[in-house]
Amino acid sequence: MALDKATVAHIASLARIRLAEAELEPLADELSRILDWVEQLNEVETSGVPPMASAAAARVPMRDDAVTDGGRREAILGNAPRAERGFFTVPKVVE
Amino acid sequence: MSDPALLALNLAEARAGLARKLFSARELTAAYNDAVVEAKPLNAYITPTPERALAMADAADERLALGQALPLDGIPVAIKDLFCTKGVLTTAGSHILDGFHPPYESTVTEKLWRAGAVMLGKTNLDEFAMGSSNTTSWYGPVENPWRRPGDNRPLVPGGSSGGSAAAVAARAALAATGTDTGGSIRQPASFCGIVGLKPTYGRCSRWGVVAYASSLDHPGPMGRTVRDVAILLHAMAGHDAKDSTSAPVPVPDYEAALTGDIRGLRVGVPREYRHEGMRIEIEIAWNDAWEWLREAGAEPVEISLPMTKYALPAYYIIAPAEASSNLARYDGVRFGLRVESDSLEEMYELTRAAGFGAEVRRRVLIGTYALSAGYYDAYYLKAQRVRTLIARDFASAFERVDCILAPTAPSAAFAIGEMSGDPVEMYLNDVFTVPANLAGLPAISVPARLLEGLPIGLQVIGRAFDEETVLRVAQVLESAASFRHLPGFVAGGRS
Amino acid sequence: MIEGRNGKWETVIGLEVHAQVVSKAKLFSGAATDFGAEPNTQVSLVDAAFPGMLPVINRFCVAQAVKTGLGLAAEINLASVFERKNYFYPDLPAGYQISQYLQPIVGHGRVNLDMPDGTLREIGITRLHLEQDAGKSLHDQHPGLTYVDLNRAGVALMEIVSEPDLRSAEEAAMYLRKLRSILRYLGTCDGNMEEGSLRCDCNVSVRRPGEPLGTRCEIKNLNSIRYVMQAIDYEAQRQIELIEEGSRVEQQTRLFDVGRGITRPMRSKEEAHDYRYFPDPDLVPLVLDPDWVKQIRLALPELPDDMKARFMSEYGLSADDAGVLVAEKETALFFEQAARGRDAKMAANWVMGDLFGALNRLGIGIGKSPVSAGQLGALIDLIADGTISGRLAKDIFAEMVASGADPAVIVEAKGLRQVTDSAAVGATIDRILATQADKVAEYRAGRDKLYGFFVGQIMRATEGKANPALVNQLLKKKLAG
Repeated sequence: MALDKATVAHIASLARIRLAEAELEPLADELSRILDWVEQLNEVETSGVPPMASAAAARVPMRDDAVTDGGRREAILGNAPRAERGFFTVPKVVE
Repeated sequence: MSDPALLALNLAEARAGLARKLFSARELTAAYNDAVVEAKPLNAYITPTPERALAMADAADERLALGQALPLDGIPVAIKDLFCTKGVLTTAGSHILDGFHPPYESTVTEKLWRAGAVMLGKTNLDEFAMGSSNTTSWYGPVENPWRRPGDNRPLVPGGSSGGSAAAVAARAALAATGTDTGGSIRQPASFCGIVGLKPTYGRCSRWGVVAYASSLDHPGPMGRTVRDVAILLHAMAGHDAKDSTSAPVPVPDYEAALTGDIRGLRVGVPREYRHEGMRIEIEIAWNDAWEWLREAGAEPVEISLPMTKYALPAYYIIAPAEASSNLARYDGVRFGLRVESDSLEEMYELTRAAGFGAEVRRRVLIGTYALSAGYYDAYYLKAQRVRTLIARDFASAFERVDCILAPTAPSAAFAIGEMSGDPVEMYLNDVFTVPANLAGLPAISVPARLLEGLPIGLQVIGRAFDEETVLRVAQVLESAASFRHLPGFVAGGRS
Repeated sequence: MIEGRNGKWETVIGLEVHAQVVSKAKLFSGAATDFGAEPNTQVSLVDAAFPGMLPVINRFCVAQAVKTGLGLAAEINLASVFERKNYFYPDLPAGYQISQYLQPIVGHGRVNLDMPDGTLREIGITRLHLEQDAGKSLHDQHPGLTYVDLNRAGVALMEIVSEPDLRSAEEAAMYLRKLRSILRYLGTCDGNMEEGSLRCDCNVSVRRPGEPLGTRCEIKNLNSIRYVMQAIDYEAQRQIELIEEGSRVEQQTRLFDVGRGITRPMRSKEEAHDYRYFPDPDLVPLVLDPDWVKQIRLALPELPDDMKARFMSEYGLSADDAGVLVAEKETALFFEQAARGRDAKMAANWVMGDLFGALNRLGIGIGKSPVSAGQLGALIDLIADGTISGRLAKDIFAEMVASGADPAVIVEAKGLRQVTDSAAVGATIDRILATQADKVAEYRAGRDKLYGFFVGQIMRATEGKANPALVNQLLKKKLAG
């Protein structure tokens, strides 16, 4: 299942990771090799087998509807590279 | 007591020494702070915390003096830098978390501090826990304190918990925490000649542990002996309401489980773990081990785990898929590295390109691909179905046996840079460890013997929440193996 | 139907409504959900997606979703799954939204529209699922920066998807009003579109009657019913013109430009979003106990359709009147309290007439009415037992609105008790007829119209307090001779 450069570029864009043009080919090779190796999963007969998403217990635990958190802006903003007047800031998004 | 003598005590011995006032917690911690400095060439630590350690030791001494000792009072432990520690730099071994000081403490480490343990510092690891060699860290590779006889080349400690394993093996920590997603506690334990346990999934809380692959991440203890690991596990384990995957199961007294009595226990030996081209020494060690167990009264049973070979490729789809989503939060907005730009999209792309190393990038891309439109069924869903079959293999086996004995890794430690750079070759390191992650079952690695002068470990896998049997069998192996070898480098000198 | 250049066109509309769940805390964290707080003060580490943070679901939010599903006569799926919807945006800190995709908590349901002709039109609900709301991005605070406030990030939303059963902007408006009313009756969402607790995305397409569905465009984030209607009308017209001039409608996501009253494409990347949905590995499936669901069903409040039917049967109200009274839950409760044990039709008229009139004039809702249901009821009692005349009651009501005082107090204070004393009224009539003797003669000669004149004179002389029925009774007798 070979990946071409265009696919790699597309995935990198979905993942928001900038790749240099020169990196596309070698990455395509590398990822293709991994995917080829993973292909062996197709040797396994899985029709009728339900997917297993987790080894955890079968049903999700639930919490009470109570305000137990928040009101700690300094902790929330404390590690931000850029913050102003109580907000996180990012380069302006054009809608 | 002299430093080397203090450092030579294992956790259980140190605990006893403190209780009998043979030395103070401060003395013990001071010795370990020195050891951390001495072991610097190994690069096992990213952030030593010597002052904090001494302050914690002093608090422990106060309690010890009053006869109100907590279970781990004064015990110096190292923390894998994947656990968020309040106010202390936490990096996950990555450039993208530069300067990150969490305003919160992970549940597992909080439990350790409440039990009186002392924090020596944050240990090095493969970036975001992705790796089997600790060579992908932004902070540089970790060196195994073991070297090949007559060979100067530094060896890998294994990964991803390489820093923790090296620190414990080099006596630069009395014990350590690690995480195991595909073998990252057991494999470095095997490479460094120490004991490492991956508990049952949900046994230890993941709250505050930087997530790699949520359904596969297992925090767990690493130490010098099975007893040490049992003691540490007891402090780390327990239900956490803040983690929806945490098991609401009570924590038994793991130390009390170390009775040494395994008579009548049925031990499974899986034929599929016998690898083509596996080193003969490993096979011999494995055979010896089931002899030891038989002599101790256990009954070896040949079992079959037919899906074994598919565990690795299934893992290398599921883990990257979950990781690709878990790592989306590293975007330069709220913490860590930011590469500035006028455009938001560019800021994201440049920050993540600069912040992530090659292996992380590889896995994020594979994972994104596996979940993307048109490929979800073929890759992700397929892997999840194979996962079910792997879990069923174990379930069937556990109808006939009480635990499973297997090698931990297909080789001993290799030299830094020795591997070809082909990612798949590196992934094959996890072939024996990955199945227990997919099934969520508890598994331990215990040092068995030397292979050309380097330690190799053996693995015991048990039923869900039956760490007691796993530990009990492991201790029998430990006694029989009598592994007394020390690595070339040991803080305080070999004694 | 829209008349095009060469034939009729049918507009097909489906609405996706995002309704913020009424709850104290967020869906997966313990931070508060109040509107209008200082930025980033209602944010937990989980909402801000710090490393190692994990979601734990709020039972009450789940109950609210189940309650809403039951109120929409929908199937409740006892097992449902949370999936991650992955995309990058500054107000989505984790880089994914926890939502539901393949297995939502609620399945097929319906909303009934009360059509003007008295019939019921059923609009299908495809599904309802729970998901996290995102934070807010402010683009207008700084020339080069976007400001991000995560207070809203993680608040529980119910996404309610309708079948593409709507056929006009008016129907869309009716659907939204009805849906909002149901949510408010249930108490699961306050339906406040200005504050953003109810948001609407519109899917619009056009087709020739009888043909298969056309390509649809999605218009996002409409926050008033008026804009929804304007956007639908504009978009339908735009699509019709495109097709009629030979072009094709491209499937797009569009925004409604409020200033210009048009829709325009979102200036995002051309590539369609690939959300890469997969089950959230930090959560296992949501499994509901059938008994728990049953308890919620048993505790459901009366809903508008049922209440309307009951008002018609119990109080004899017309469908129209009942419909108006149940449109808002507070109005229905107000009416019932005022009507209980009294002439329901009278109560209905007072509510829909004088009360609504006063509220509209003051620009307030019935929740802030200066006159309480009890006070209105008391006023009706005073009319019914003859203490005051119907006409004077209107003046008294106006005074109640202005001062908030009880009607009995106003009646006493202003001496407005109706005069029912036959002798007194009779005496007044006699006096007036005596001073208008010539008019009396004209009346007796056949000028019937003068009757009203006499009544007016009598009412003026009695300051409006004479009981009209009594006046009529006595006046007729006296004029007859």
